[in-house]
Amino acid sequence: MLGLNLGVFMLAVIVDYDAGNLRSVQRACYQVGLDAEITEDPDLVVKADKVIFPGVGSAESAMSTLQFKGLDQALMEFFNSGKPLLGICLGLQIALEFSEEGNKQCLGIIPGACERFSFSNRAVKVPHIGWNELEIVQDHPMLRSIHDGDEFYFVHSYFAHPESEKHVFGRTTYGDIKFASVIGRENFFSTQFHLEKSGKIGLRLLAAFSGWKGD
Amino acid sequence: MLSKRIIGCLDVRNGNLAKSVKFVDTRDIGDPIEKAKQYYDDGLDELVFYDITASSDERNIMLDVVGQVARQVYIPLSVGGGIRSIDDAQKLLWAGAEKINVNSAAVMRPAIIAECAHAIGNQNTVLSMDIVKVVASRDLPSGYEIVINGGRKRMGIDALDWALKGEELGAGELVINSIDADGTRDGYEIALTRMIAEAVSIPVIASGGAGKPEHLYEVLTEGCADAALVASMLHYNEYKVSELKAYLNDRGVKMRMHY
Repeated sequence: MLGLNLGVFMLAVIVDYDAGNLRSVQRACYQVGLDAEITEDPDLVVKADKVIFPGVGSAESAMSTLQFKGLDQALMEFFNSGKPLLGICLGLQIALEFSEEGNKQCLGIIPGACERFSFSNRAVKVPHIGWNELEIVQDHPMLRSIHDGDEFYFVHSYFAHPESEKHVFGRTTYGDIKFASVIGRENFFSTQFHLEKSGKIGLRLLAAFSGWKGD
Repeated sequence: MLSKRIIGCLDVRNGNLAKSVKFVDTRDIGDPIEKAKQYYDDGLDELVFYDITASSDERNIMLDVVGQVARQVYIPLSVGGGIRSIDDAQKLLWAGAEKINVNSAAVMRPAIIAECAHAIGNQNTVLSMDIVKVVASRDLPSGYEIVINGGRKRMGIDALDWALKGEELGAGELVINSIDADGTRDGYEIALTRMIAEAVSIPVIASGGAGKPEHLYEVLTEGCADAALVASMLHYNEYKVSELKAYLNDRGVKMRMHY
C-alpha cells in the first residue's frame, strides 16, 4: 500500500527476512499513521523513502537470509542514499560489523560487535526479557519526545558493543552491564528494544520516525 | 534496571472472558477485548490469553480476539491453550500474538518445545506448567507434580525436573501455575515458585492464587518470580493495575511507572 503524504507518494517498507513477526511492527506503524508495506524485494527496499528493519531470532541465520535474498546489499544501498533507516532489536545488532552469535560478519553500518550476556550472578536471567529504562546519553532528533528513564520492552540475549561512543545515544543497565540500547549513525537509528511493543511511549518513538528526515 | 512485570491473564471461552476456580468451575464474566484495552491504558506490562475453548472449530474465535486486541494494545501478547503444532503457533503469531504458551501438549510430546523454539524463537516460546503439591517421593523428589487437563490428570512427572527439561529444550520463559492455589485468592505458592526460579536461568512467571496486593509483593520478592500473573483481582474491578503497581513500587519493587 502506498501512503499519500502531502500529495507525494511516500513508500515506507518493512524488510521481511523471515525474522519474526513483522505484522506487529506494521500494525504499530499504522497506528501512528505510517502505512508500511512488508517486502522481501531488494528493489523495493532501495526505492523506498523509509525503511524499517526489525527482527528477532539469531544474527547468524538472519544474515544468511539477508544475503540469500540480496537484501544485505539493498539495505546498504538504502543507507548510503541518506534516507531514514530504522533498526529494531536484531536490526540493531546486524548493523554492527560482527556478531558473536555464530561468529557472523554483519552489515557494518556501525563499527563494533555483538556479545552475549553473561553474568556470574545466576539470578540475572538470560534472555533479558521485560521492561527496562533508557538512559539518554546523547541528544538525537528521534529522542526528543522521550524522557530519560522511560521504559521499553526488551527481549534479547546478545547486546551491541559499538567501538565509538559517538554512535551511542542511549544505554540500559541489566545486571552489571550497561549496554548500548540505542545506537545510530547519520540516517540510521536503531533500538535494541521493541518500540512496537513498548506501549504508548514506544508508539511515540515510532511516530518520531514517521516524521524524521534522517538528518 | 529491569522492572518486575504484572501480566494480566484472560481465560477466553468462545470469545468471552471466563474465570475458573481451581480450573473446574468456569463462568463468563465479560468481553476480553474491552478488558485488555482497559488494562493496557492502566499500565499493564503484558497480556496472556488462555483459550479454554474445547473444540477446535471454535479456535478461529480466539484468532479473532487476538487480532482485535493486537490492533489496540501495544504490549507483548501471549497465547496459550490447545496449541499442538507449529501451525497452530504460527496462526496465532500471524493474528498478533508475540509469545506462545505450550502446556499439556508439551507434557505429552516434549519435542514441541524445541520445535516451537526453532520456528518462532526461544524468547517467544513459553512453557506453562500446571502443578500440584504432593508428598515427596523417589519419583517426585521435589514434592510437586505436573498435571494436565486442568489438574484432572496427574502425570507422575516431577515439576522441578520438568522445568529444567523445558529450559533445556529451549523454552524462553516458564509459567509456574499452582493448581492448589488457583482461584483461592489466598496467595501464590511461594515455595514452589522460588524453588523453580532459583533452579533455572530463564525468567519465571508466577501464576495462581493472587487475591491481594501483598501476594504479588511476596511472590516477586520472597518467591523470586520475574513476573506475576493476575486475573480475578483485575477482572472484578477490585484493583486497578496502576494501584497494584503503585503498591509494589512504594515497597521497593521496581515497576514500570510511566506509560
